[in-house]
Amino acid sequence: MSKVNKLLHQWLLNSVSEKAFAWLEQKQAQIASGAAERVFFTAFSAVPRYLGKEDLQLTFQDLEAAQDVIPGWYPGHWSVDQAGRTLLLLALPYDDTQGYLRSLDQFFSTADMGELVVLYQSLPLLPHPELHRHRTAEGIRSNMSNVFQAIALRNPYPANYLDNAAWNQMVLKAVFVGSPLHLIWGLDQRANPELAKMLADYAHERWAAKRSVTPELWRPVGRFADSAIITDLEKVLANGAIDEQEAAALACAESPLPQAQALLSHYPDLQLSIQQGNLTWSSFSRERLFVYK
Amino acid sequence: MMPNAPSPMPNVQYPIIKTMMFIDPHIHMCSRTTYDYLVMREYGIVAVIEPAFWLGQPRTNAGSFKDYFSSLVGWERFRASQFGIQHYCTIGLNPKEANNEALATEVMELLPLYACKEGVVAIGEIGYDDMTEAEDKYFCQQLEIAKELDMLVLIHTPHRNKKAGASRSMDRCIEYGLDPSQVVIDHNNEETVEEVLGRGFWAAFTIYPQTKMGNARMVEVVRKYGRDRIIVDSSADWGISDPLAVPKTAQLMLDRGIPEEDVRAVCYENALAAYSQTGQMKASDWLNPQSVDQRQMFSGNSVLRGQEPGIKSVSDYVLIE
Repeated sequence: MSKVNKLLHQWLLNSVSEKAFAWLEQKQAQIASGAAERVFFTAFSAVPRYLGKEDLQLTFQDLEAAQDVIPGWYPGHWSVDQAGRTLLLLALPYDDTQGYLRSLDQFFSTADMGELVVLYQSLPLLPHPELHRHRTAEGIRSNMSNVFQAIALRNPYPANYLDNAAWNQMVLKAVFVGSPLHLIWGLDQRANPELAKMLADYAHERWAAKRSVTPELWRPVGRFADSAIITDLEKVLANGAIDEQEAAALACAESPLPQAQALLSHYPDLQLSIQQGNLTWSSFSRERLFVYK
Repeated sequence: MMPNAPSPMPNVQYPIIKTMMFIDPHIHMCSRTTYDYLVMREYGIVAVIEPAFWLGQPRTNAGSFKDYFSSLVGWERFRASQFGIQHYCTIGLNPKEANNEALATEVMELLPLYACKEGVVAIGEIGYDDMTEAEDKYFCQQLEIAKELDMLVLIHTPHRNKKAGASRSMDRCIEYGLDPSQVVIDHNNEETVEEVLGRGFWAAFTIYPQTKMGNARMVEVVRKYGRDRIIVDSSADWGISDPLAVPKTAQLMLDRGIPEEDVRAVCYENALAAYSQTGQMKASDWLNPQSVDQRQMFSGNSVLRGQEPGIKSVSDYVLIE
């Protein structure tokens, strides 16, 4: 049994009744031994009826164990039915790659919202991960916020496998639908000049409509800010609320441009907080983001 | 623009119904606007059931059915949830389209893929339209599926030759081993109600302008037959129909002296009692929705485009910011 399987099994053993667990194990065995697709379908749909929908009760050690198996895998918000469905998904035979992908396509194309969330948040755990790129880009186009979030948030798959175009669309859409950006795994590592430009353009659109902009938007921008963006940051520092000023200051601090450093020096308190390590993107996420809905 | 939904007149008061909860257990939301959800929630509708039916024109391939079933269990359910309305559905091959046998055979293969999904409360709406042999064949096959999966059935009674169609539908249900308490017969009128109630089935009535049942007539049906096993719905769809038909009928019943507990039974409790039998629908879904699935309300979404989800008065939407 794979390490992922073992962890999910252990967590479910602690969270559901013996009867429910026995039902799940029986279905797992049938699917693994090549039962008709219909068995997978009806079982996958019926999991909440047998296991319920309570949250998994995971400890800090459980979450660390998940990180050890797959960096970025964070099942802290998973429910028991999601864990159960993931186990059924992992039971599918995958040696015949083409057949496996055909089945997955069929599952994705008939899944309801709860099922889609499981399918997408399980992507980093599935075999043949490199073959799910197109599917993931498709999922990012979903109009259902929790389906989108199952891909974008607390999921290492996009950072590890998406190309820049799909990755940038995902980050921009996260901003657009109001998802918390600090939950995007690999956000800092995958920041790039095109994304910085797209985010700054988006901020201009919002400002034109007299709407606010999440201060987190500046997080992937700092390192790649050009002089036009520095001018934007100058405006935010001069006129923004305190959380916006802090975000702009953090963005300036990450910029290699002398213009950005000069700008930051006009705000010595913020500059000092950053230099002393009191103001970081993590502290910002912890302390400031509750003010932004 | 031609108004599809008769919206509530701004100066018309519905004093009592605004404090009651309603279920509309037969409404085709895929043909309604998001604005309807807003108004429905404001008028006390907490849950809807959307039976799978046709789309105004016949579908030409099974893929259209697949997308339609997917939207019933997926997008439509989500869209409703954003306005504080719980959305359930029934899955089935409708009587009219059963007459395209090549297509019907493929659709029958799709049904098991959807019948077990969350929020699917029955196999339906199935039954007769022209009462052809093909309609009968697929009706019976679907009764078998319902029996096998231990599900409820929602029956569409035909517009033409209704009385005979209703009788034969009930005969078939009994023949295939279904208990009348597991079957809802819909689109009833004064001519069919007696037999349906007498044989122990649930009797639903569609309040639909010009055809089917009117709400003044509905008041008299309840006065005559009481509240047991009677269910009121709107069946609102692409036609000139009213998504507020249930609360408006409730108001009329109260105005005309039907006791409040009877109104509550036929506009809320009976639908809940009938459809909760599958375990896919319960009052806690809307009375305590956060405990059911907090993830569904996790954050923003694209239906709202920046507006707050939930229940706001329609008048708040005059100014578009």
